[in-house]
Amino acid sequence: MTDILMPALSPTMEEGTLAKWHVKVGDTVASGDVIAEIETDKATMEVEAVDEGVIEELLVEAGAEGVKVNAPIARLSGGTTPAKSAPAADEPKAAKAEASGDPEKTSPAEAKAEQPDGDGPAAVRPKEALADPDIPEGAKLVKTTVRDALRDAMAEEMRRDDTVFLMGEEVAQYQGAYKVSRGLLEEFGERRVIDTPITEHGFAGLGVGAAMAGLKPIVEFMTWNFAMQAIDHIINSAAKTHYMSGGQITTPMVFRGPNGAASRVAAQHSQDYAAWYAHVPGLKVIAPYDAADAKGLLKAAIRDPNPVVFLEHEMLYGQEFDVPEGDDYVLPIGLAKVRRTGADVTITAYSRMVGLALKAAEELAGEGIEAEVVDLRTIRPLDHDTIVDSVKKTHRLVTVEEGWGPMGVGAEVIARVIEHAFDYLDAPPARVCQEDVPLPYAANLEAASLPSVEKIVKAAKAVCYRS
Amino acid sequence: MARAKQAAKTGGSPAETVESLSKDQLLGFYRDMLLIRRFEERAGQLYGMGLIGGFCHLYIGQEAIAVGVQSIQEKGDQVITAYRDHGHMLACGMDPQEVMAELTGRAGGSSKGKGGSMHMFSREANFYGGHGIVGAPAPLGTGLALANRYRDNGKVAFTYFGDGAANQGQVYESFNMAALWKLPVVYLIENNQYAMGTSLERSSSETHMYKRGASFRIPGEEVDGMDVLAVRDAAKRAAAHARSGEGPFILEMKTYRYRGHSMSDPAKYRTREEVDEVRKTRDPIEHLREQLERDGVADEATLKGIDAEVKRIVADAAEFARTSPEPDLSELYTEVYVEAAQ
Repeated sequence: MTDILMPALSPTMEEGTLAKWHVKVGDTVASGDVIAEIETDKATMEVEAVDEGVIEELLVEAGAEGVKVNAPIARLSGGTTPAKSAPAADEPKAAKAEASGDPEKTSPAEAKAEQPDGDGPAAVRPKEALADPDIPEGAKLVKTTVRDALRDAMAEEMRRDDTVFLMGEEVAQYQGAYKVSRGLLEEFGERRVIDTPITEHGFAGLGVGAAMAGLKPIVEFMTWNFAMQAIDHIINSAAKTHYMSGGQITTPMVFRGPNGAASRVAAQHSQDYAAWYAHVPGLKVIAPYDAADAKGLLKAAIRDPNPVVFLEHEMLYGQEFDVPEGDDYVLPIGLAKVRRTGADVTITAYSRMVGLALKAAEELAGEGIEAEVVDLRTIRPLDHDTIVDSVKKTHRLVTVEEGWGPMGVGAEVIARVIEHAFDYLDAPPARVCQEDVPLPYAANLEAASLPSVEKIVKAAKAVCYRS
Repeated sequence: MARAKQAAKTGGSPAETVESLSKDQLLGFYRDMLLIRRFEERAGQLYGMGLIGGFCHLYIGQEAIAVGVQSIQEKGDQVITAYRDHGHMLACGMDPQEVMAELTGRAGGSSKGKGGSMHMFSREANFYGGHGIVGAPAPLGTGLALANRYRDNGKVAFTYFGDGAANQGQVYESFNMAALWKLPVVYLIENNQYAMGTSLERSSSETHMYKRGASFRIPGEEVDGMDVLAVRDAAKRAAAHARSGEGPFILEMKTYRYRGHSMSDPAKYRTREEVDEVRKTRDPIEHLREQLERDGVADEATLKGIDAEVKRIVADAAEFARTSPEPDLSELYTEVYVEAAQ
């Protein structure tokens, strides 16, 4: 004997009307036969038999309203289904209650409390203390542009690992739209340096598929602005698959390209995506400033078994910095760098903004304010220990980012400081960011819209209560 | 080599006949299709009982496709599809208990309960999902094929999507690259006539899906997706084409889903008569059953034995899916990232 239960037609249905019976007592039914019609406020649906057998009894009359989901509506005999597959009366209800019920019950906060390592949002905490590798004594520092440092990182990793390859628009024969991939086609050939059609959504998806199959693609976007067409694959296909597959499928890959405002290219070509991607669990997000970090972190990103969003800056490509010689300079992901120490105010920045923050710190020093400049380097996971330690020392905080302020990287940095160093703050933190408008084209408006040394100095003085 | 084949309806080599296949193979097709049918019916029941949540898209009616294509795959070939995926997973040989337990969101599920109906994978079975975004499997599957070409391993990526997804831009971006680079991919368009509630005619300017690759010089064939032997035959040709280095191939599988788009779709956009007519005249399982009996491959007792075996497997799967515990809360924060092992 098997009970046929009132089915749920949707995740939210709790009761419905049994509009019509299509069978009567004594009828023989087979799986797939329509036995009844059910109505809710949203829809009418047919109920099909799952088991075969003879209808013994109809427990609910046609037209009955308010029939609770999972209430027995008919009884079937002669089926060969073991009785144990019929649920105990209260079980399904319990399952439903958990699915839609008390949010407290399964809230991440509570679950996290059982997690020894869970301490705050987006907390991907390294198990061991991270540190930049020591530069070996006597190692030569070579003046290198950010552009060439990125190229060197890719070339070294491609020499080291045959599964690493580069794909994107104009990366091969053209040598890169910004010449970052110069020489790679000559060295590695067209199997590993692949010119794609102008088709971001498609080639990002191909890259993710190749990564699922165990390759380590570097997917170059001519700029991150164009990657919005590909954002579904970056987030839905790359970032989430390891989790959704219960750890079975990985997507070891790097999405990289220039990010942020270039010069006079206006709103559609000038945008900082750090906050966008740093919002997403499953992604790592890196935004380096100088050439050594660009090289060491890109090498780390390529070796990382996770999808990494690597945000470069066109305005930095041509700038030269010292880079340690050799092909094993790999930096840890998730570690900020204190670029200048100071006791009076902490300034956090990333990418090109680090340069502005350092200049601002010099000006501030001239006025007797010693700023500590923290280069975030990695936006996700955010190194909040370094930030919080700095603020505990300086008691004041200014965040700088090229993107918009609302829901931005600065907002997150400030939230972390308030969560972890509230009592240490001597002034409300301040944010320096792009004005809350699409980036204008006119030279004066563009300058007025973006963060500047002047704006950073002003903000730092304000949190120090100096005018 | 780069011969631009015209899109053509099936008409090449004659389809395999029942006689040319072994009895075990034929009974295997019957069993696999029946397993999917019974599994899906049970999934529908568990959904009705509230044991399965969210979205649940059943494969009932389309069984011949996954089973027929799987039957010609070589070891190491990959399969990827969208969210109507339970049938493909069973055809790939994934454990019905793990699949059902994933539907109920339990620890014993193939994704430990973290993926659900639309997001299941099996590295072991070379099943790459299980994707909830319409059209996304097209570039992902093409990427699997890119990896095959990169490694020159002779494997083919079988990439499924529906007639609705065939209107997505990323499908054509994928077609272009697959043809340009001659990637070993077979695109299987499961044309079940309805993109959710919108019929083919109301959503597509070109309703012959097998022609959709024409401007990329991808050959295509229309196949009776309700006939497992026809599916098998076409898949064999398409796979040989892709495997030989000639590039992608499109198979339009004409099929029909008996149930709504998902469990919460009452399917009012078509008549009950339309559904009944297909069930009565084109049902893939009944069709094969009749063939087997008519040709003396199997008697009623043999088939009944298979029915009983399948019933037991599905009952066990349902029991496992009902009794497997919910995932431990400690699973919440695991597998967001791969632990770096450099």
